[in-house]
Amino acid sequence: MLIPKLAFRNITSAGLRTWLNVFVLSIAFVAIIWVQGFIAGMSKQIMTDLIDTEYGGGQFWHQAYDPFDPLTVEDSHAPLSSALVDLVSTGKAASILITSGAIFPDGRVQTAMIKGIDPAQKVINLPTGVLKRENQHVIPALIGARMAKQANLKVGDYVTARWRDVHGTFDATDVQIAEIMNVNVASVDNGQIWVSIKDLRQMLQASPNEATLVVLNKDIESVPAADKTWIYRDQDFLLKEIVEMIKAKTAGSSILYVLLLGMALLAIFDTQVLAIFRRRKEMGTLMALGMPRGKIISLFTLEGALHGAMALIIGAVYGVPLLILSAKKGFGVPQAMSEMGVAVPTTLYPSYGVKLFIGTILLVMVTVTIVSFLPTRKIVKLKPTDALRGKLS
Amino acid sequence: MGDGALITTKNLVKQYPIGGRKFTALKNINLTFETGEFTGLVGPSGSGKTTLLNIIGALDNPTEGHVIVMGQDTRELKHRQAARLRTEHLGFVFQTFNLLPVYTVFENVEFPLLLLEMSGADRKKAVLKALEWVDLSDKIKSRPAQLSGGECQRVAVARAMVKRPKIVLADEPTANLDAANSHNILETMFRLNKELNTTYIFATHDEKVIGYLRRKVTLTDGQVIEDVSTTPRYPTANEEMS
Ligand SMILES: Nc1ncnc2c1ncn2[C@@H]1O[C@H](COP(=O)(O)OP(=O)(O)O)[C@@H](O)[C@H]1O
Ligand SMILES: [Mg+2]
Repeated sequence: MLIPKLAFRNITSAGLRTWLNVFVLSIAFVAIIWVQGFIAGMSKQIMTDLIDTEYGGGQFWHQAYDPFDPLTVEDSHAPLSSALVDLVSTGKAASILITSGAIFPDGRVQTAMIKGIDPAQKVINLPTGVLKRENQHVIPALIGARMAKQANLKVGDYVTARWRDVHGTFDATDVQIAEIMNVNVASVDNGQIWVSIKDLRQMLQASPNEATLVVLNKDIESVPAADKTWIYRDQDFLLKEIVEMIKAKTAGSSILYVLLLGMALLAIFDTQVLAIFRRRKEMGTLMALGMPRGKIISLFTLEGALHGAMALIIGAVYGVPLLILSAKKGFGVPQAMSEMGVAVPTTLYPSYGVKLFIGTILLVMVTVTIVSFLPTRKIVKLKPTDALRGKLS
Repeated sequence: MGDGALITTKNLVKQYPIGGRKFTALKNINLTFETGEFTGLVGPSGSGKTTLLNIIGALDNPTEGHVIVMGQDTRELKHRQAARLRTEHLGFVFQTFNLLPVYTVFENVEFPLLLLEMSGADRKKAVLKALEWVDLSDKIKSRPAQLSGGECQRVAVARAMVKRPKIVLADEPTANLDAANSHNILETMFRLNKELNTTYIFATHDEKVIGYLRRKVTLTDGQVIEDVSTTPRYPTANEEMS
């Protein structure tokens, strides 16, 4: 019981030194959880948005389809297999036909992906209902706010669209902007123009079941088998790129993240390691008084761990309300971030999972314990005479 | 127990490596110390006093030769056993006091007893007694920062004496004290030496300390050049020695 007694005595007697350490450590706890929650919230929201508005519960792709190669997209469609037709007709999936073309706003030419989708679909969360033709003879078109800005288009504007049909012949018609949608996901917005899939099939002179890809419903239960023409791409595959991008963008270049984590680690290092090195003369004294090495190591390590535990309590006192508040209110996302090309929502809600809490608590506790243990061990390995003289290494 | 002496050094040599070469700080030291001595290792700065004192206190090891403390060859002691020897039988007084800054006077003096796992009641009694010896009973709750240098050194003496060790090793205990405080601390140790028969070995070049010694071992360049009995000039006031 000697070691806990002494650790407790040291901590309570040290007064200001203890509270300073504990406070700095508590900031580390809160900062790490806050930043991680911010990033977790962002990736969660981005993924949710992507699934809601683009990927659904996975997709079937025409075997030649490559979303990153606009040159081959014209040749990457075929009539759907009967299994996929069944899914689409029962509302469990939506087919999308894609071709590359151009629009001519204000007489300028601008390349665009023309995408056809069933106006009645409920699979992805886009206002496709406006694409249904009542009596108009002009094709209604749907674009996103980014595209509207790029092409300088407003609701009700007419714009000429040009494409090549399945025979390779250029054709053109006017479409009317029926709605401009605000979506977080840039890839359904930037350079995209949506029309009804029926209209697009006619424009291309394609078959009635022609499609480039099929988006499955988010909560689809059984996925039909893939075949030679139709390749199944599950959510993980579709999200892979973005997950990596989020990781790279947020962890690699977010100044905030690096700064806060760095500060937290620095704080832990400073308070613990420096405190312990400053106390090497004290350790020398303990050795001279006859305290064995092992006990000195236990004592200082326990003190470090106790600092961590106290910091946890203090951190909870001001951190929990702070974290709850920020999770409720969210953060406005700076413009710079939405230009990363990732679908960054305009307001971010940090997400704090149990894993994050436990992970951070473990991280900080293990760190303080290690950074208390290692320097102590290094010092007590010195001859008592060297430790007493306050020798460094 | 060898020849029965409290401390014996046999052909003691200490070398320090300095830039690839070896510097010999102690050359062939053969000394014996008996129980109850009040002895000083004296000599100019750099003569090896501290080195010798530290080796006797098992804080450092000799390069060659042996030190037998209470029948134990310090070279053969494992780290733990050396710690044990210090806890049970040795007290240290340092030039810079080396009190634990966050502890109160009471806690500082109590510390060696905690290492001995003495019961709470016994500890309290012993600490209060030790503080009485050094006349600090009214400062038990103070912290080192609130004390004068002389008071700090008296706490250090109480800490060294509280467990009534066989041996107290004091390295330049008066170097940071003024004359009045030096005499005060020396008188205290002189008195405890007689009352408790504790062996005191000093490392010092302070004439005030030398004035209290009963034996003077003079070191120069790591060698003993003189080892003589002396008659203490102090303490003049209570002169009732044998
Ligand atoms: N750790 C050390 N490393 C190298 N040289 C040392 C060390 N400690 C002491 N010395 C040298 O040994 C000699 C004796 O030192 P010391 O015992 O401290 O002398 P004193 O206490 O008599 O002043 C000095 O020359 C000193 O420089
Ligand atoms: Mg010295």
